[in-house]
Amino acid sequence: MIWINRQRYYLDFILSSLGRRKWKNASLICVYMLVVFLISSMTFLAGALRREADLLLHESPELIVQRMIAGRHALMPVDYIADIETIRGIQKVIPRLWGYYFHPASGANYTLMAPEAFQHDDAKVVIGAGVMRTWDPGPTGTLVFKSSKGGTVELAIAETFESQSDLVAADLILMSAATFRQITGVAPGWSTDLAVTVRNPREIQTIANKIVDALPDARPILKSEIQRTYAAVFHWRSGYIIVMLSGALLAFVIFAWDKATGLSAGERTEIGILKGVGWDTTDILMIKFWEGLVISLTAFLGGTILAYGHVFFTSAFLFSHALKGWAVLYPEFHLQPFVNIYQLAVLFALTVVPYTFITIVPAWRAAVTDPDTVMTQG
Amino acid sequence: MITLSKVSKTYQDGRPNAFQALKAVDLEITPNQVTVFTGPSGSGKTTLLSIIGCLARPSQGRIHIDGQEISSLPERFTAQVRRRTFGFVFQHYNLIRGLPVIENVMIPAYPEGVSPRELRSRAAALLDQLDLTDMKHQSVELLSGGEQQRTAIARALINDPSVLIADEPTAHLDSHLSASFLTIIERLKIQGRTVLIASHDPLVYQSAVADRCVELQDGCVRTDS
Amino acid sequence: MIRAGHFLGFIIFCMGVSICLFTIHPRITSARYHQIRERNRQLVVALGLTDLCLFTEARYTRHISQADLHSAFQEHPLALEHFPSGAIVPPPPIFHHPNPGTPGE
Repeated sequence: MIWINRQRYYLDFILSSLGRRKWKNASLICVYMLVVFLISSMTFLAGALRREADLLLHESPELIVQRMIAGRHALMPVDYIADIETIRGIQKVIPRLWGYYFHPASGANYTLMAPEAFQHDDAKVVIGAGVMRTWDPGPTGTLVFKSSKGGTVELAIAETFESQSDLVAADLILMSAATFRQITGVAPGWSTDLAVTVRNPREIQTIANKIVDALPDARPILKSEIQRTYAAVFHWRSGYIIVMLSGALLAFVIFAWDKATGLSAGERTEIGILKGVGWDTTDILMIKFWEGLVISLTAFLGGTILAYGHVFFTSAFLFSHALKGWAVLYPEFHLQPFVNIYQLAVLFALTVVPYTFITIVPAWRAAVTDPDTVMTQG
Repeated sequence: MITLSKVSKTYQDGRPNAFQALKAVDLEITPNQVTVFTGPSGSGKTTLLSIIGCLARPSQGRIHIDGQEISSLPERFTAQVRRRTFGFVFQHYNLIRGLPVIENVMIPAYPEGVSPRELRSRAAALLDQLDLTDMKHQSVELLSGGEQQRTAIARALINDPSVLIADEPTAHLDSHLSASFLTIIERLKIQGRTVLIASHDPLVYQSAVADRCVELQDGCVRTDS
Repeated sequence: MIRAGHFLGFIIFCMGVSICLFTIHPRITSARYHQIRERNRQLVVALGLTDLCLFTEARYTRHISQADLHSAFQEHPLALEHFPSGAIVPPPPIFHHPNPGTPGE
């Protein structure tokens, strides 16, 4: 009970001490909270996106086979399917027809795709919500494309994907194969690439090797490579994360260093008085510990709570411009709230613990000196 | 009983500007008495009080309190002795600005971990004895000199110490307030406390309250009456 | 003592909010997001999609898992004129762990 009372007194004293320099300490907490907010927001956003990518792209084709000429991607003859289908372990080979279409009026790049089973006729398209937002279909509700032969192709919008599907379909324009070939100029008998399904996913590397043996100009892309690409994008080591983290961490180091380089004259006087009235070194260090903990815990809790709201209630609107960059079309995020407790614990250890320690260090020297100067100072 | 045996204090020892503030002082402080230390500036009065009150360690010699040697105790024990045995009224009071009177008074008792209710009532009782009840929640920088001094005295008494030490207590007071201070000292003496005062104010060392006067010069005891 | 009590109350409140947000809120909203994800999964399966629609500022940043070797050297996503994917997207794993038998190896 004595120990508890003591800690309450220390906490009470340090809260009043912080209140006596309220503007300085308020701005300290704000800066600290901002740093935690930025780091947490990035961590939450990257974690949620990575999880989403992992779960969604788990359903990607197991193998995509591209064709290469002079190191560049080239169209795949549909005849190649016959050479690949004979390889043991392959279940199905589907030619994929997809490509890009740049729309000058909106300045956006769209992905054109002709799925195997397109439900509508040649004069219709199914579009993503991002297409709807950027390409104004006008009162007619049609999209006008330029064909590869120079003419125009007018297509009616049959369906629009919801914005909740933006993460996979925001820029998609689905059409029939005939319409696709008319717009892009991909001749019959050719496809963009091949999607391969295998019976036993564990044999996928062996099958990929056999495909390369059978078709020397083919380049297989495994699903694991697709997933690893996105894992790397959202990994903390990725460029963007590093750039944002460095800025935030640098700000944190600067103001923590300012704290660590010494006490103000007022703080030194206060410590001298406390020693003079009978506090020992441990008591002084305890109040500094509480000071560090009060500031860092307040900043940590405030920063992480605000970050959660920022990412999962407002779709990370503060980052949207930075993430969007020069893109005209940008998906709306509907990310499932997800917090990696381990990462949160690491963040706590990196922010609260060092700052609490840094607050104690400069007080150490003042705390261990003899308090007899208190007798003479004014 | 506080005993000093051959106590010396040298500041900046080993350096060219080393200064010996006390030179082999032998002294016995009698309990329940008011002892006034006088002497010119630089005679070692403040240093002597610092050493007696465990604010500083002697460079040489020993200090005993009730037979126990305290000069070589570790810091946390001397802090405890300082807190429980001595109450300090500093020359410039050294109250913590921005804190109300009652909290300034309670501060020395925080490390004792006494229950908040008991501590508050103890502080309130002391303030009442010193006519500061109305100022309880006022910030100390708004107090007059006399009020600040009484706050400092209340703070010095919060742990119920047996010894009160005051360094130049009347330096910033007029004669009327100085007389009030001496009245408080007399009351403390009646309570059975030992009071040690460093002062070059004749009002103090020539008053009827003072039981003993020790004159210091150049770090040595010159007269003891 | 009042300050300490208020502060501890504030911290307990914040911790309560944190616990609710970080553990309970994801659980109570999981059904809704599960539905959204299920629809998206079906799209991925039906269309054989390989990439998320994140970086649409240039054609070769849109499908980063499909970027071919030649354009990766010449106009690698680390080229900063392609913003922001230039700062985000590292070289495809094929660089670090090339498949044996890749043409040109």
